[in-house]
Amino acid sequence: MKFSEEQRVLQISIIVVFGVFAMRLFYLQMIDDSYEIWSRENSVRREIVYPARGVLFDRNRERVVVNRPIYNLMVVPRQVEEDMDTVAFCRLLGIERKTFEERMNQIVRHSRFKPSIFAAQISVEEFAAIQEGLFEFPGFYAESRAVRHYPRPIAGHLLGYTGEVNDKDIEASSGYYLPGDYIGIAGLEKTYEPYLRGLRGIRYRYVDVHNRVVGSYKDGTLDSGATPGHELELSIDIKLQEYAEQLMRNKRGSVVAIEPESGEILLMVSAPGYDPNLMVGKSRTRHYKVLSRDSLKPLFNRPIQAQYPPGSIFKPFQALVAQQLGTVNPSTRYPCGGGYHMGSHTVKCTHVHGALDLTESIQLSCNPYFCWTFKNMIDNHSSGSPPSKMYETWRNYMDQFAFGRKTGIDIPNETKGVLPRNAYFDRYHGKSRWRANTIISLSIGQGEIALSPLQMATAMSAVANGGWYYAPHLVRSVGSGADKRKFRGKKFETGIDMPYFAVVHEAMQRVVDAGTATAYGKIDGITVCGKTGTAQNPHGKDHAVFVCYAPRENPKIAVAVIVENAGFGGVWAAPIASLLIEKYLKGEIKRPELEKRLLETSIL
Amino acid sequence: MSGTARRQQSVFQYVDKPLLLSYVALCIIGLLTIYSSVYDAGQDWMNQERGNAMKQLAFVGVAWLSIVVVLSLDSRFFEGLAPIFYLIFLFLSILVAFVGNEINGARAWFSIGGFGLQPGEFLKLGTILMIAFLLREKNTQLRSRSIKNSLFVVIILPVASLLLQKDTGSALVYASFLLVLYREGMSPLLMQLGIWALFLGVLTLLFDEKISSGIVLGLAFIYILFSNHRWRSFVRSLTYIIPSLLMIASVEFAYDKVLQPHQKKRIDVLLGKVDDVKGAGYNVHQSLIAIGSGGFLGKGYLQGTQTKFDFVPEQSTDFIFCTIGEEFGFVGSILLLLLYLFVLFRILHLSEMQGNRFGRVYGYGLVSVLFAHIVVNIGMTIGLLPVIGIPLPLLSYGGSSQIAFGLMVGIMLRLDSGRRTGLN
Repeated sequence: MKFSEEQRVLQISIIVVFGVFAMRLFYLQMIDDSYEIWSRENSVRREIVYPARGVLFDRNRERVVVNRPIYNLMVVPRQVEEDMDTVAFCRLLGIERKTFEERMNQIVRHSRFKPSIFAAQISVEEFAAIQEGLFEFPGFYAESRAVRHYPRPIAGHLLGYTGEVNDKDIEASSGYYLPGDYIGIAGLEKTYEPYLRGLRGIRYRYVDVHNRVVGSYKDGTLDSGATPGHELELSIDIKLQEYAEQLMRNKRGSVVAIEPESGEILLMVSAPGYDPNLMVGKSRTRHYKVLSRDSLKPLFNRPIQAQYPPGSIFKPFQALVAQQLGTVNPSTRYPCGGGYHMGSHTVKCTHVHGALDLTESIQLSCNPYFCWTFKNMIDNHSSGSPPSKMYETWRNYMDQFAFGRKTGIDIPNETKGVLPRNAYFDRYHGKSRWRANTIISLSIGQGEIALSPLQMATAMSAVANGGWYYAPHLVRSVGSGADKRKFRGKKFETGIDMPYFAVVHEAMQRVVDAGTATAYGKIDGITVCGKTGTAQNPHGKDHAVFVCYAPRENPKIAVAVIVENAGFGGVWAAPIASLLIEKYLKGEIKRPELEKRLLETSIL
Repeated sequence: MSGTARRQQSVFQYVDKPLLLSYVALCIIGLLTIYSSVYDAGQDWMNQERGNAMKQLAFVGVAWLSIVVVLSLDSRFFEGLAPIFYLIFLFLSILVAFVGNEINGARAWFSIGGFGLQPGEFLKLGTILMIAFLLREKNTQLRSRSIKNSLFVVIILPVASLLLQKDTGSALVYASFLLVLYREGMSPLLMQLGIWALFLGVLTLLFDEKISSGIVLGLAFIYILFSNHRWRSFVRSLTYIIPSLLMIASVEFAYDKVLQPHQKKRIDVLLGKVDDVKGAGYNVHQSLIAIGSGGFLGKGYLQGTQTKFDFVPEQSTDFIFCTIGEEFGFVGSILLLLLYLFVLFRILHLSEMQGNRFGRVYGYGLVSVLFAHIVVNIGMTIGLLPVIGIPLPLLSYGGSSQIAFGLMVGIMLRLDSGRRTGLN
């Protein structure tokens, strides 16, 4: 076979090119050792620069959640010298040699190349001593991190807490989180995680054989700085929150206060609470365990998770819906002979009220009045609709007050409370086999109904506004300066016409001025409208409930207070709400004896 | 039936073992290197990149299956198939420029159920087949104008479609088809001119158009000065001066108006005009550290440090040679070069042995494409050529390129085996 000249030429060209490559490789790999030095002696360390998590401010720009520096001692096993002085190192850290070896083995199994955390969350003070001697141990270096700190040790339930990401978080984030990152686990920290977390940066540093940083790699041109998280401005008034927590000390229950015109939550107390500083850093798990075993359930976020039968505070809402449905008007009267009788069963009343009108019935909390009202609403023969249908109409109005559904607050795990649909009763009693009297307890806020304190306060702001409200929320704005974004909850209309509220407002003012909450509810110079209630508790003493708003003319605050096992609402719940309103609207307390009595009382 | 079976058996039997074995070896080296370059890498890339090694395994599997299919086909089939195959992938390549997914600045991928199909990779095979198809008759003369025009169109259309995709690297590969045409009787003048143009181009970019024009004119002046027939040599030198000056002007124009900013930057960095540390310069610098720190024998398999820390970008695709340089050192790099050299020479040898012209032209086309890829890719990683993102054949991660190169080798094996058995 004859081979062409062209083939020869091609072969030679290929050999020439490959020859040039070979010479270049020979030069790079055999002669010029600068690259080897680059790679071996000056190792480049890739450090993660953690962003500062967003700071939380209250509505008066006081810092509620800040960051405090701590250190992680990092190690890159490959860079650790084989003949390092382990004894000196252990002495420096104050650990056993065995601990050191176990930890190192664990890390090496994970990776020899990646930086791993050797010791986590060393405080600034502890670290100062370690830093002195650290340079003698190549491969080890410090990474500064920040953990949360709470200047006032309160409001843990709503603020939530952070912790290291778990494998599931990492997987779900499609590469955003890395092991060792912090993530919001509960409360606002969880809801606003995307805003708070910020963006990790990366920094390349040259380190010499002694593990000393000799400079930034490529003059820092490859580095990306960390972007700090956005700040949050809370609707909370942290001083008022603190005062409320003091008033609730040694008591179990909840306090929620909302600014009716905006839906902004001014305070939200779950008692007993815990110091949020306990939920920080490496001791969080230990503290969490202790708290979760406490019989008083301090981790239970009562304002949004507890549900209580509302009792008499349900009456104003009954009055509103009954008016809207045309069942009653302000001059409608029903007889009260001390009870509402139906066959063998009687719904008792506290007094023999005679024949009250609508306003008086709310003011004096007359049970039979609302039993009659409920009966005439549900068993409305003139409407032509069966009780089941009428019940559903009634329930839809209640739903507009967020009863039986979530309010939409911006922290997780909110309960929707209890208020069944007609299908539930159809199942329970049989279709068309129930009517108003079957479920008569509902008329006075008992039976198949339970509300969270947040739902009570939200509904109260709807009453204060005369028919509408914003979904309650804890964050007013995200970010600062030009990037500031205001947050507001969704607006809801209750579907109750404004004029129907007049009776309720008047009655609730009389409750405080001359009714069931007179003793401790009244504040000089402020028209408070309120309603007491007693939430029946099958497990012990009843819970005291009080809802109110003030001032009547121009509502600035709506409050719901529950004190568990405190009996009648007027005695313990009303004064707490009253003091909070006084403090919020006037800035000072003119009733020191009342304050003292509450601060010193223990109801556990 | 039994006749077909016997034919297939003999086709498999007479397959060129040295080429087949080197092909398999390259595939396996690629798999091991991809695994190594992702092994224990920077944290959040880990899962995804480990997945890439497994994906590549699947791609290699598909490539090998395709080769088995190719070997079972009638070898005349490829001649008949050539225009169809070429047109389909030319169409897809144009289509992808408009509706494809953009990755790293190039719009060259169709996304199909999590995998990317890069028609450009298959279009190379299509073009080789098409050139071989055009020149298949023994007495087709390259001097014929109609053939020249056809060849020009067949080569320039893929180039245009690739430029449309902003995939300049792949477009550059088509220049290598000059080697095929050279072998088939084209005057070497074109290639000599090409080399001269390259020299002028580099000169123009390195300095400016005035200096390179000056050098062109100076050379002409010296030539005229020392020649015996001044007048005749003056006229002759005009035929050299005018195209050269045009070349200089067009290089200047192309650099200013045609090239993408990132491509300009890469050229600037390569020529040492700017010391860019962040972009292209960073890649090459990291690549040089990785290869340079490999030394004589390398750091050992999976022991590389530079390629492990994500310092070298694209370490399993375009910069895969770094991992070999770092972990197997000078010895490993040279052995790999020798393996490639062997493959190229083997295909050249087989091409010359082909009885029909289709087979020979096809073989030369394959060598040209492989050679261009190897030169551009390795040249880039060792800092001799600008950063142009094209894969290292059979080693780099990537399904389209793995399967396309597999098919190219497979067809060569089939054509050659057919020659030996006398079966088409």
